[in-house]
Amino acid sequence: MSKTVKRPLPMLTDSNRFFWTSGADGILRFMRCTACRNYIHPPVPVCDKCLSMEQEVVAVSGRATLAAVTVNHQMWIPTIEPPYVVGIVEIEEQASVRLTTNIVNCAEADLRIGMALEVQFEECEDVFLPMFKPAGAGAKAQARES
Amino acid sequence: MEKFEYSSVVTGMGMSDIGRRLMRDPMALTVDATLAAIADAGLTRDDIDGVCTYPGMVPGAGGFSGAGAHDLIDTLRLKPNWHNSGLEQAGQLGSIVAAMMAVATGLCRHVLCFRTVWEATYVQLQRTGQIRYSGGGGRLSGGMEWRIPYGAASAANWIAMYCSRYMHEYGLTKEQLGQIAVNGRKNAALTSYAVYKDPMTLEDYLSARMVSTPLGLYDCDVPCDASVAFIISHKDTAKDCRRGRGVGFEAVGTANTERVSWDQGDLRYLTGIDGPAKMLWSRTDLRQKDIDMVQLYDGFSFNALCWLEKLGFCGEGEAGAFLEGGQRIARDGELPLNTNGGQLSAGRLHGYGFLHEACVQLLGEAGARQVPNNPQTAIATSGGGVPGSALLLTAPR
Repeated sequence: MSKTVKRPLPMLTDSNRFFWTSGADGILRFMRCTACRNYIHPPVPVCDKCLSMEQEVVAVSGRATLAAVTVNHQMWIPTIEPPYVVGIVEIEEQASVRLTTNIVNCAEADLRIGMALEVQFEECEDVFLPMFKPAGAGAKAQARES
Repeated sequence: MEKFEYSSVVTGMGMSDIGRRLMRDPMALTVDATLAAIADAGLTRDDIDGVCTYPGMVPGAGGFSGAGAHDLIDTLRLKPNWHNSGLEQAGQLGSIVAAMMAVATGLCRHVLCFRTVWEATYVQLQRTGQIRYSGGGGRLSGGMEWRIPYGAASAANWIAMYCSRYMHEYGLTKEQLGQIAVNGRKNAALTSYAVYKDPMTLEDYLSARMVSTPLGLYDCDVPCDASVAFIISHKDTAKDCRRGRGVGFEAVGTANTERVSWDQGDLRYLTGIDGPAKMLWSRTDLRQKDIDMVQLYDGFSFNALCWLEKLGFCGEGEAGAFLEGGQRIARDGELPLNTNGGQLSAGRLHGYGFLHEACVQLLGEAGARQVPNNPQTAIATSGGGVPGSALLLTAPR
């Protein structure tokens, strides 16, 4: 990870701690209904499809598709310097599950709705923020670095 | 049974001074607007037996809430049979629907509704250290945790993403979207209280600084200080009011049919609009061709586009073509839009400005900006991105 950005961070609770700390091992995880295998996000104690309250935390591939995007040019939070890219991504396992996140390692001109992305995490205090980069881009960059 | 909308009429409207950094106590603005509305209806405060507002006193709301229902009741020594406020309702105009229900059920004869903002002054007081920011330092919760860590801190960011998706799906151009802002500015030139009245061309719009792509400065409304108030009366009392008549309600739309979420729903259109739009038409025999003007929520230009399309004034994905050139939405066009300038130019009266303008126009009291040919119907909306509401209003009969 390059420079550390000081960000406002989520309050960790018993229902969201698994999500915000999942990146410690580099893997993205979501809650899933044990009965009907519907992914549930943000975490709530009941499945919106079958109303079962039996859930489990499961690992996902970390692959996602860019569904909506904006390049923010205005400073809202003094410690987060614009410009930066905010996107909504749909996870590969279930397109209705989305994350608002930052799109990183991607030139503005290369941003395309529908583009394939993969997760990477930014560690901030006790939180691992999932962010997304163009699929494959990170692997090439890491190969160059090592 | 007659539908509940027919029980109520708007008998009074009031506004405080409106502007940037008025440096006035928000309760003073609220008193100005509410007393003006009571006087406009030809009533006295003793006649007020209901009070309703959005959002009420919300802890930490800052300039977003200038006065709560309890504050106003106590300040004016009102004695309402019923009062209500809340952030969680069908948009800012949901508070008008609540008032209508109180009238229709017989709880109240005259409900005083108000919305007060003092965002411009609040920010100024923060800048000069007279108000110390009480938030910050703590951890995020209550839904903000999913966006703020990524710097997606403003509705400008959240709505920009929807707009990007809509553009991707339907080929909307900035030139088309910009007609909403340019049209608003043109109308605002004739609105005495408008914050921004200077002429603005499409080129000015396109060259404005970018806030969050594709939204530039003039796609975003202007925070201000303002209070707007209405008297929602039982129709049988209208003959005793100052005008002897009131603006009527034909239908309301308050349905909430989508995810209450900034990222889990349909990403092409702002959520909170489709439900109210469909419900509105389900409660009336009037159709789009019968509507003489629309006052559509434009906290961002894209909100108004979503309302225009979801209300069925054009087909799916066709709002860009509808807006092209701006003639259709002009004050003398086929569907006049935001005839006071909307929130983009008149100021963020936060929902209540749209109802105010609809009433003024339907009463024929809009002066230089009066929509021609004696308009009989108007739609006023609030919300989008958050659950919204729509009102179909009719000229006094």
